[in-house]
Amino acid sequence: MILKGKVHCFGDDVDTDAIIPARHMTTSEPDELAEHCMEDAEPEFVRKVNRGDLIVAGKNFGCGSSREHAPIAIQAAGVSCVIAGSFARIFYRNAINIGLPILECEKAVREVQSGDELEVDPVAGSIRNLTRNQEYQAIPFPPFMQNIIEKGGLINYVKERMKQQCQE
Amino acid sequence: MGMTITEKILAHHADREQVEPGELVNCRVDIVLGNDVTTPVAIREFEKIGVERVFDAERVVIVPDHFTPNKDINSAEQARRVREFARQYGIINYFEVGRMGIEHCLLPQEGLVVPGDLIIGADSHTCTYGALGAFATGVGSTDMAAAMATGEAWFKVPETIKFVYYGEMPRWVGGKDLILHTIGDIGVDGARYMAMEFEGEAIRNLSMDNRFTMANMAIEAGGKNGIFQPDEKTLDYVKDRARRDYDFYQSDSDACYHEVREYDVSQLEPQVAFPHLPENVRPVSEAEGIYIDQVVIGSCTNGRLEDLEMAASILRNKKVHRELRVIVIPGTQEIYLEALRRGLIEVFVEAGAVVSTPTCGPCLGGHMGILARGEKALATTNRNFVGRMGHPESEVYLASPAVAAASAVLGRIAVPWEVVS
Ligand code: SF4
Repeated sequence: MILKGKVHCFGDDVDTDAIIPARHMTTSEPDELAEHCMEDAEPEFVRKVNRGDLIVAGKNFGCGSSREHAPIAIQAAGVSCVIAGSFARIFYRNAINIGLPILECEKAVREVQSGDELEVDPVAGSIRNLTRNQEYQAIPFPPFMQNIIEKGGLINYVKERMKQQCQE
Repeated sequence: MGMTITEKILAHHADREQVEPGELVNCRVDIVLGNDVTTPVAIREFEKIGVERVFDAERVVIVPDHFTPNKDINSAEQARRVREFARQYGIINYFEVGRMGIEHCLLPQEGLVVPGDLIIGADSHTCTYGALGAFATGVGSTDMAAAMATGEAWFKVPETIKFVYYGEMPRWVGGKDLILHTIGDIGVDGARYMAMEFEGEAIRNLSMDNRFTMANMAIEAGGKNGIFQPDEKTLDYVKDRARRDYDFYQSDSDACYHEVREYDVSQLEPQVAFPHLPENVRPVSEAEGIYIDQVVIGSCTNGRLEDLEMAASILRNKKVHRELRVIVIPGTQEIYLEALRRGLIEVFVEAGAVVSTPTCGPCLGGHMGILARGEKALATTNRNFVGRMGHPESEVYLASPAVAAASAVLGRIAVPWEVVS
C-alpha cells in the first residue's frame, strides 16, 4: 500500500477536543464526524483537505480524551496517514485498532511543510517528500502491531483468534 | 529483579511470574467500562465480531453520564442504543439516570473496582482507579469491544516514574494541587506511555478522595496509569464496598524506575492551570485578580464528598459574586444525598449556586453550563483545552474546590484565606 497526498501541518499537543470537539459527539457516524474534523484547530481544514492528504504534526498528537471519534473523523475526512513526532498513547492505540496509518518520525516533522507532496509506505515506514526530494524512515511498529495493522484492525484480529480458539 | 506494583498487576493478569517494561502482554481484564459516548461505537464494533454474549455480564459496566439526562434528541438516541444493548446482553451493571453518577466517582463507590484489579475503560480518566492500587487505563471503543468479547486486552508494559511527596501539606492544599504542580513540572507528555506511582509522607496522609483526584489526572501528563500502593486508608475505603476479593500489591524495594522525582510540599500554594493546557500551572498568587464568568465545582476529578465539603466550608453564609454564576455537580446520587443530609446543598443554594444532578455536563462542553465567546471559567475539572467548555474563544482555568469556592465569592480568581480566616 502506497499513500500519496498533500501535507497539512499542525503544531504540538493537538488534543482530541481540537480534532473533534465534544459538542459533535452526540453522533458516532463517520461522515457526520468528518464534517467537523480539526474544527477548533483549523476551521477551514475540512474544506481544504482532499482524499489521500496527510496530517503532519508535532509531539503528543491526540492527547486528551479516549474518544475513538478522533481517528474516525480523521479517517472519514479522507486523511490517509498521520505523521507526528509522537502520539498520545490512547490515540496511538485507537489508530492502530481502526486501521488508520500513523507514523512517528521527528525528522520528517521538522522538515516537511504544509502543501508538500508526500509518498508514504506505512508498512515499511518510509516517507518520501516529492516536493523537496527528501526521504525519511519512521520508527517501525513491533511485529505484534504489524499483525493487527495487516489484518485491517483489532476487530478482524480478534475475530480470527476467536475462530482459532473455537477450532482448538 | 523486583517489580513495581504496576508490573506485578500486569504479570498476574498475564499469568506470568515476571514482566519487564517494553514487553507486550495479553492480559485478563477484571472490568470493562464504557459511557454513553464511547459505548455506541463499541457496540458497532462488538457486533462485527459476531459473538452471542459478552465475556462476563457482571464485568461489563456501562454508565451513561456524558450527555445525560439527555441533552437533545441525538444524545437520547445514543443513550437508547446503549440501554438496549445493556438489556439485550444482560449487563447487570448498567446505571440508569437516577442511579448513575459520573463513571469514575461511581465505580469505586459501588465497589465494582477493587485493589489489584486490571481495569480498562473507554474513557481516558479510567486511570482514576489507580487510587485503589489497581491498574486502570483508558482505551478506545474498539478495545472496549474486543474486551467485551474476549475478556482480554493487550498492553505494552510501561516503565514507571516514581513521584515522592514529602513534608506536611499546608492548609487549603490538596490532591488537586499536588497533581497540577506535578503536571506543571513534567508537562502534558512528561509521563507519556508510562506508569506514574505516587508515594511519600504526604501521600500516606492523603485521603482517598484526594488520591482519586490525583490518579484521575495522570492522563493529563500523558500517563498510562497513575497508581498508589494500597494501605490502611485503602482498606477502610474498600472493606465495606468491595463486591469481589481483592489483592494488595506493593512495589518491591529493588523495583526499577525510569526516574524518581521528589517534591517538598510544605511550602506549596494552591495551584491554577491557565488556558489552554493542564501544564500551564502557576501558584494561585500569580492568578489572583483574573475575572471569571463561571465557576464549576464537580467532575470525576473533584465531585466527591470531601470536595463538596471543602467548597461548602468556604461558601457557608457567603454569597456568590453577583457578576458570576456557579454550578455545583455532585459526582453520584449517593454523594448528592449525603451532601443533602449534611446540609451542603443548602449552603450552595443559599449562596446562589445552582446544584445539578450528577452529569459530566459542562466538563466536556456537553451541556449545563456552556461558555459563550470570550467567557472565562474556573473549574475543578481536569482539562482546559481550546473549546473544552464551549466556544473555542472561551477560556478555562483549573483549580481545587477551595480556590473555586473562594473565587466564586470574590468574582475573580482568589485564595481561600481571603474569604475565610
Ligand atoms: S467528568 Fe469530565 S473528564 Fe470526567 S468522565 Fe466526565 S467528561 Fe470525562
